[in-house]
Amino acid sequence: MGDILNISMVGVGGQGTLLASEILCRVGLLSGKDVKKSEIHGMAQRGGSVVSQLRIGEKVHSPLIAVGQTDILVSFEKVEALRFAHYLSPSGLAMVNDQEIRPVTVSSGQSQWPENLDGMLKSTFSRLELIPALDIARDLGNVRAVNVVMIGALANHTGISDDVWREGIRLLVKPKFLDLNLKAYEAGRNATVAVA
Amino acid sequence: MQTVATNKKILSGNEAIACGAFAGGVEVASAYPGTPSTEILENVSKFPEIYCEWAVNEKVGMEVVIGASFAGARSITAMKHVGLNVAMDPLMTFTYLGANGGMVVVSADDPGMHSSQNEQDNRCLAKFAKIPMLEPSDSQECYDMVRAALDISEQFKTPVLLRTTTRVSHSSGVVDLGSFERTGRSNLKYEKDITRTVPVPLFARKMRVGLEERLGRLAEYSETCPSQRIERGNDKIGIITSGISYQYARDAFPNASILKLGMTFPIPKKLISDFAGSVEKLYVVEEGEPYLEEQILAMGVKIERAETSLRIGELNPDRLADLAAEVYGGKPSESIAPISDLPARPPVLCPGCSHRGVFYALNRLKAIVTGDIGCYSLGTFAPLSAMDTIVCMGASVGNAHGLQKAHQNGRIAAVLGDSTFFHSGITGLLNIVYNRGASTIVVLDNRITAMTGHQDNPGTGRTLMGETTTETSIADVAKGLGVKRVRVVDPYDLDETYNVLKEELDADEPSVVVSRRPCVLGAKIKTVRQYAVDSDACKACGACLKLGCPAIELADPEDGDYKKRKARVNPVLCVGCGMCEQVCKFDAIKEVTL
Repeated sequence: MGDILNISMVGVGGQGTLLASEILCRVGLLSGKDVKKSEIHGMAQRGGSVVSQLRIGEKVHSPLIAVGQTDILVSFEKVEALRFAHYLSPSGLAMVNDQEIRPVTVSSGQSQWPENLDGMLKSTFSRLELIPALDIARDLGNVRAVNVVMIGALANHTGISDDVWREGIRLLVKPKFLDLNLKAYEAGRNATVAVA
Repeated sequence: MQTVATNKKILSGNEAIACGAFAGGVEVASAYPGTPSTEILENVSKFPEIYCEWAVNEKVGMEVVIGASFAGARSITAMKHVGLNVAMDPLMTFTYLGANGGMVVVSADDPGMHSSQNEQDNRCLAKFAKIPMLEPSDSQECYDMVRAALDISEQFKTPVLLRTTTRVSHSSGVVDLGSFERTGRSNLKYEKDITRTVPVPLFARKMRVGLEERLGRLAEYSETCPSQRIERGNDKIGIITSGISYQYARDAFPNASILKLGMTFPIPKKLISDFAGSVEKLYVVEEGEPYLEEQILAMGVKIERAETSLRIGELNPDRLADLAAEVYGGKPSESIAPISDLPARPPVLCPGCSHRGVFYALNRLKAIVTGDIGCYSLGTFAPLSAMDTIVCMGASVGNAHGLQKAHQNGRIAAVLGDSTFFHSGITGLLNIVYNRGASTIVVLDNRITAMTGHQDNPGTGRTLMGETTTETSIADVAKGLGVKRVRVVDPYDLDETYNVLKEELDADEPSVVVSRRPCVLGAKIKTVRQYAVDSDACKACGACLKLGCPAIELADPEDGDYKKRKARVNPVLCVGCGMCEQVCKFDAIKEVTL
């Protein structure tokens, strides 16, 4: 599977993971590659974990990525990064949005939120980027732009040209949010990341 | 040099099936929603050239497309795997009659039960119904095979099963739509011929013989059908596979020779024998039942290791990686150890969900609740804990009646949604009325088919094509069936809901309670008020937590005392339904106007 780029995007329902994965898919097509994407629909709107797997290359067969074969794990939430850590190749890159979303099991006292999340992230991933996507999106005036900030940060690691990324975003976001999203993309590309 | 026009799009399997239906000249489409099949009709509805509708259930959907086939039109119906159980009755006999206009039945199976109650492998049903089956392995094949299936249907005068799985229906990939020109209607038209369309025994016995003859011709066709393909690798390892399993096998065994079957009923026996003879070791890689394996073993062909059919759960690259490691030697690659003990994120009823009020009351009434298929299955779990059984669509009604007739003590309620009631709850209710039952049927009428992503149904007053239509009243249906005790409640009013349910559960005759409130997600209701906890008034009694509302959280412990944590309302999640205000005995939860 060496010539195929495997990307797993994970997050919490409502964070815009699915739009981000659609943009990535479109970018793959625009750059002339074969692309496959697999995700589980269903109860995503109801606060559950959301996983989307994407594979980009000359010829892609399986839409699913095997455990340990993800090249880049893009996580929109810290605990979700840990939950899907085993999908990442031991030499792969984890890009994690610096945000915590507590599930109802924690808010209702049925389970405990891990105490030292940053420490767990650092000890789990050999290559880790913590991206302040929520802060960046908030500064841009819309927290919903977190997903495209993450797309911008991801763009730095794919070798796909800037124009293609911008075109992918233009094709998939509503015209009235295009400016915001292009700014979010740019900010993500230039984000200062905490590298562990 | 001839240039081939390409028209590449990224499509999910379901979108590609809809495009194939358009290009293949489908004129009529009828289906009941069900994950993972729902998006097929949703996307068909984007083509105004195709008449499409949400059928009230899969059986009716099947009957509608059979009617269209009688008329000579091409048609398609789509359903989840368990939906095909509902539609089997017309299909089993239509096979005898045979198609006129091309007819395709899509069965979208759900191995691994991502959103289903069982993982039946419907390939077995194609064989049982004696209808040809095609199995696409990606979106491109979905597009190509719908059109091929329509042609096969007309050529052999048979309905055709197009069988997908979740990973085919819900994965996206690049599809070349080619010219995307729509096939026009052939010269087929309705022709009266009772020997072909009326299976009274006299004619049915002849049809039965004709069916076997047709299967013989289909078996021959299967040998050279363009959907069958050999990818020649080395001759040490040969793999026979189909559907999504092919994609996993291709990655796991890059050098193997692969016989990739697109048409998996009838199987091409000669092609399989020849392939088996050309390789040293033969494996069958399939997901679910040993469907291919058993037929190939029955041919007397030696398969290297029979258990490569992974019967339980979804097949995936990891499971094949283990097999590949065994076949090739070596061991699977290293990976980061999975981290356990992370807090789970289970799906929960949404903040403001109208089902909550009913489950809260049923819990207090300690009723035995026979449940049904929908979002409301989440009412099973703590703290609402108000659903005891689930079987299949509409089963709640008959189940409650059976419990009652078996003299089960206690209050018994059946709970089902509006769409499920129309799907198959009505017949069960009529049965209760007719057979002097006394059950209480609670219809959670949230004005939409919510679970599958908000489709219209006979109660919403809108069709799939966007027209307004008769809005069927559940209360009127119940009265029309002869139910004398019919009540309508607002589930946001907890006292009213409790009192009405108590009265009806304790009544000695059949009753129907319609709990009526639109789905908060479906209706896109603007939040005009919210609630907040007055921390000084809160006694940390935990009463509001019994609603299981995701917007109600525990505040930070005071003085490190984790047992006495007060409540707070998360303003990001609260939609202002006001149920928590009603359950607080200390008036600590108050309305906040926005």
